[in-house]
Amino acid sequence: MRNILKRTVLAATLAAALMGTAPVTQAATNEQFIPLPTYRVGPYASSGIPWWAGVIDYLRYINEVEGGVDGVKLVWKECETEWSTDRIVECYERYKKGYNGAPTAFFFTHSTPASYALMDKGVADRIPLVDPAGGRTESTDGSVFPYAFPLLLNYYSQASVGINYIAQKEGGFEKLKGKKIVTVFHDSAYGRETQAPMELLAKKYGFENIQIPVADPGNEQSAQWRQVRQIKPDWVFLRTWGVSTPVGIKTAARFGIPVDRLIGDVWAGSEADVLPAGAAAKGYQALAPFPGGADFEIHRRLRKFILDAGKSDLKDPKFFGSVYYNIGLINAAMAVEALRTGHRKFGNRPLNGEEGGWAFEHLDISDARLKEIGFFGLLQKLKLSCNEHEGGGAARVQQWDGKKWVLVTDWVQADRKALRPLIDAKAAAYAREKNIKPRDCS
Amino acid sequence: MNFFLETLIGGLLAGTMYSLVAIGFVLIYKASGVFNFAQGAMLLFAALNCVSLQEAGLPFPAAVLASVSIMIVLALAIERAVLRPLVGRSQITLFMATLGLSFIIEGLAQGLMGAEVRALDLGIEDVPITIGDIMVSQFDLFAAATAGILVLVLALLFNKTRIGVSLRAVADDTRAALSIGINLNRIWQIVWAVAGIVGLVAGLLWGARQGVQFALSLVVLKALPVLIIGGFTSIGGAIAGGLIVGAAENLAEVYAGPLLGGGITPWFAYFLALAFLYVRPAGLFGERAIERV
Repeated sequence: MRNILKRTVLAATLAAALMGTAPVTQAATNEQFIPLPTYRVGPYASSGIPWWAGVIDYLRYINEVEGGVDGVKLVWKECETEWSTDRIVECYERYKKGYNGAPTAFFFTHSTPASYALMDKGVADRIPLVDPAGGRTESTDGSVFPYAFPLLLNYYSQASVGINYIAQKEGGFEKLKGKKIVTVFHDSAYGRETQAPMELLAKKYGFENIQIPVADPGNEQSAQWRQVRQIKPDWVFLRTWGVSTPVGIKTAARFGIPVDRLIGDVWAGSEADVLPAGAAAKGYQALAPFPGGADFEIHRRLRKFILDAGKSDLKDPKFFGSVYYNIGLINAAMAVEALRTGHRKFGNRPLNGEEGGWAFEHLDISDARLKEIGFFGLLQKLKLSCNEHEGGGAARVQQWDGKKWVLVTDWVQADRKALRPLIDAKAAAYAREKNIKPRDCS
Repeated sequence: MNFFLETLIGGLLAGTMYSLVAIGFVLIYKASGVFNFAQGAMLLFAALNCVSLQEAGLPFPAAVLASVSIMIVLALAIERAVLRPLVGRSQITLFMATLGLSFIIEGLAQGLMGAEVRALDLGIEDVPITIGDIMVSQFDLFAAATAGILVLVLALLFNKTRIGVSLRAVADDTRAALSIGINLNRIWQIVWAVAGIVGLVAGLLWGARQGVQFALSLVVLKALPVLIIGGFTSIGGAIAGGLIVGAAENLAEVYAGPLLGGGITPWFAYFLALAFLYVRPAGLFGERAIERV
């Protein structure tokens, strides 16, 4: 018995010693680490499963077909967060220094609350926090927020693109005067974020701006839509999230609001938002910085090299080309292009957080480059700079035909010039509050 | 005036959807004194079963029948594996057991049947019909009729059958019921099975409205104020509580909401429940507990 005990203790000590030395012996020299705060289980699993399949499929494609990013292999680890802010923060802490010697160059938060929670840590650790079509709007101003990137389309731009599209449909901005535009919004920081730009745009174009909140989770909305019907709106901007979107679409139909007068926001425009609404969603339109569809060039390549080769992370192929799958692809593509940008400056080697920050700040993806990587039409062209961390500010509009999303516009650009003073004012207030001296970006 | 009436009627009808969820809680609480935290998870599990079977090619009535069978098997399993080993333990222990059970059922449901959002079409159009100048939801009318039928069936079960008499005996005095030979385990099995079937009905109606997805398990949050107002031990109370909550939160949202920043429905229902607690702690139709001290 004593011998068994002795052997067990000896084996455990040896195992512990080996485990302790493992990161050193296995240290990677030419691998770039990418932490993935996923949510494949829990309340948001239906969006998380295709989302991270898209990310992983693209990273696999880069590794296996292109031999990595400029020869640097990508390695990744998932943290299951259930989209819970504390777990996302824990994931960041766990992997901010990389894994097995492979450094971390950036951290995609995929969560506005987590972007807020990590804001100070990102600066202290020099790790860029990337949150496409989300995050803190004023972090567009890179002079105050050097390590935050609300890429593609910040919340203010989402409101502006919505209004610009309505103007297109009405036949010009002058036709907006006197129109009633109701925003039905998820009563949260996310939902309230477009109130300031809508107020500004209402003053600029002379439309009536009416805001109606829906409390979380929003599974009963008759009171709200009864008010909307009384207002007799010309357009309704639906800034809901999760279950509040299909319930919103169905309740709108119940109160006689024409579905083609509803415009969904970025996060109210996936298959999961329209399928449960059934026939009521046919004709519903939504902003699409992440368009749905599997007919883009990158899908052809992925089908050939990843899906047909049985290497896809997607368990159910019917989600190939779904909005959430494409979100994953687009986010992964932006990360890869940022790494290439960094390699041009620092050499073809793994980048650390500071270098990753430089890389995102100098990201410049032209139409020609989008064609090369197979993302033309799927991803907008992007150009970031020291004080411009959004980079795009456009979205396409897609319409649900009852079975699939159909793109009905090219990229509709936000009025970023009009929005910028609002962003600068908020960023300046943040700088004062935190005693930050803005960088000189001139 | 028309707008007020329409809001009131719409709210009352919406309230019956809350009542459907609350009835499941009442059944189990009445028979065992346990607040079943897993009722929401059972509702999700039942609805997911039904749509998964439909996707597998079963016609809707067959999928519903199969789901009823599955809910009965689930009830038997819960009684055998969770409740029976805990007989005689405190109510808080049983409550904590149902808390754990809810996470297990939610995980099991999503693991076995997938996490994606599914559409559910019951063939009832969610379009309004106009009665006079008042617009009423056809779907809400259907839900109200379903709730009415459910209450009728449960009333018959409780009052006109031998099983019902046994259930009432257990609810009134468990020890006395045991002393005359009523099988407590069997009663629990039946009650959990009936609560599972009620969960299926509620899950199908809520699933048709919002899609069958994880968020279904959150509709129980709407049932809590209904239970506080109506009482935890009365099915009629669950109906009355649902109607009160539905009407009050709709009227409050429309008339008081703009003054309070809007989006007040969730907390207003709880505010109302709190007010009822001051006046009638056992709820409108709940049984007052009288204890010798």
